[in-house]
Amino acid sequence: MTARIVMLHGAVILALFLLQFVASDYAVLTITRIMVLAIYALGYNILFGYAGLLSLGHAMFFATGLYAAALGVTRLGMAVPEAFLFALACGVIVSFVIGLIALRANGVAFMIVTLMFSQAAFLTVLYFGDITRGDEGIVIKDSERAFSAFGTAVNLADPVLRYNIALAFLAVAIALCLVVVRSKIGHVLVAIRENENRTAMLGYDVKLYKLIAFVLSGAFAAFSGAVYALLFAYAGATLASIQYSINPLLWTLLGGAATVLGPVLGTALMFLLVDFASGFTSASLLFVGMVLILLVLFFPKGILGTLRQRWWRWLP
Amino acid sequence: MAFFPHLLLAILEGTVAAAVLALSALGLSLVFGVMRVVNVAHGEFFMLGAMLAWWVAKMVPGGPAIGFIAALIVAPLVVGALAFVTERLLLRRINYDPEATIVATIGLMFVIQQLALSVFGADAKAVSAPFAYRIALPWFGFSGYKLFVVVASIVILLAVWWVLAKTKWGLVMRVTQFDRETATAFGIPVNQVYSAVFVAGAALVAVAAVLIVPIQQAHYLMGLDPLLMSFIVVIIGGLGSIKGSVIAAVIIGLADGIISMFFSPTLASIIATLAVALVLVFRPQGLFGVPVR
Repeated sequence: MTARIVMLHGAVILALFLLQFVASDYAVLTITRIMVLAIYALGYNILFGYAGLLSLGHAMFFATGLYAAALGVTRLGMAVPEAFLFALACGVIVSFVIGLIALRANGVAFMIVTLMFSQAAFLTVLYFGDITRGDEGIVIKDSERAFSAFGTAVNLADPVLRYNIALAFLAVAIALCLVVVRSKIGHVLVAIRENENRTAMLGYDVKLYKLIAFVLSGAFAAFSGAVYALLFAYAGATLASIQYSINPLLWTLLGGAATVLGPVLGTALMFLLVDFASGFTSASLLFVGMVLILLVLFFPKGILGTLRQRWWRWLP
Repeated sequence: MAFFPHLLLAILEGTVAAAVLALSALGLSLVFGVMRVVNVAHGEFFMLGAMLAWWVAKMVPGGPAIGFIAALIVAPLVVGALAFVTERLLLRRINYDPEATIVATIGLMFVIQQLALSVFGADAKAVSAPFAYRIALPWFGFSGYKLFVVVASIVILLAVWWVLAKTKWGLVMRVTQFDRETATAFGIPVNQVYSAVFVAGAALVAVAAVLIVPIQQAHYLMGLDPLLMSFIVVIIGGLGSIKGSVIAAVIIGLADGIISMFFSPTLASIIATLAVALVLVFRPQGLFGVPVR
């Protein structure tokens, strides 16, 4: 891995670390949310950007982590670290099973299959309303998410601590992404995206690599969901809806698919845009729609994708 | 209520649901069949049709019957015009690429939905049926308008089938569906065919919405359900096969009516949704479709 790649990604994380000392309370909260959801987008990008598989159903994996963590601490009596691992394991299992089935479909059929599975998952959340509390959602009490690490009590309601936990997870996620996309797996995934038949002909097990990408992105999504539930003490059915399947697609497209930092940048920009728009209209989804259309028409490579094409050829 | 009347009611409601499904899926099926693109904004075209029915009924004096007839003219015209613009400015520019079309029409879905929210507001709007006749059965009364919807959808389905199977327009569409390049070589203006099919699909779903809205209510978020149900019907029936769509609509409509009546509507939706995913995986061409070449 070349020095400038490490420096660029390190600089982004350092900048995010320093930001907490100048940002207002409201900005700290927003950036925490952005960082948590950026983990979701980073994972989505492995599947969509690198492997070229457009899923319209990742909300089901996000919701898997979200509910596994929330139910883990509220109903199953888990401590917070256990709940993280439990959510991650659930995410891996669910995405492995769904991946085995959904990857039998190609192209448009794959998109609709994932959309349908996700919708079934969303309806299931509503159906078991006694447990999930449906649209109203599960609110995690502060006492249920208190735990001690290295002999000190950790209070997840503290905004500064929350910010740094999210940042640490994001840093790990970015590092993992970098390793994956620069490894053999990443190269084979790109080859599958560019020409699936040729990759298969060269002797690579295309199905296996697609499944790896699917499970990796599902695991990222579930982990992001778990972090979301535990940091913000809330798990509701809206976070499992179609909107949350489309969000990571939008963020990845905006920032630049198949660039490591693209999804992070896209998430941040879209949050800023929606925040800005909600200042003067209640129809902030209107902007989401317009950005999607404009991206497809005029800017299909996204911001970092275009930068890489024009100037920064080395960008991973 | 005893079991038999209960079952009869479930079957009646199921038949209405089947008619509604077949009607709302028809446009999507036509567009996918000929153009091989999935229009995610299909449900929003439906919603716009319903909103226009409400607006026309409010604007036109002389009772619900006249408003209904006026809406049957206005809604397909307006929605068709919107579809025409969409096809020209959006789909044609991305060259009907299947993935880009899905992303772009997702965007369009949000835009239409939010504009409807800004223009018409967030409250649900009831539209009264053009006539209020109730059929009195020994056990319960059943709305005559619902049966009218069933008859109307049969008529519309037959009309579309006739156009596709027996007229020159239908022949041109089928040729374009079969092989776009050969069609171009034989002098068929493929772009105009695409444009016409997309507009026709949107106009059909607008008519469906005008017919259906007296049974439901008009609301800016109402588009998602018909969209997903249309996906379900079109996929189970076989992408692009109108006959398959109709058969699937009857199966799913009846199953939906019966499961909703005896268990819960949410369970019915979960089963239907999973059925689609599994059909797509294990029989990608659908139950009645032919494999895509």
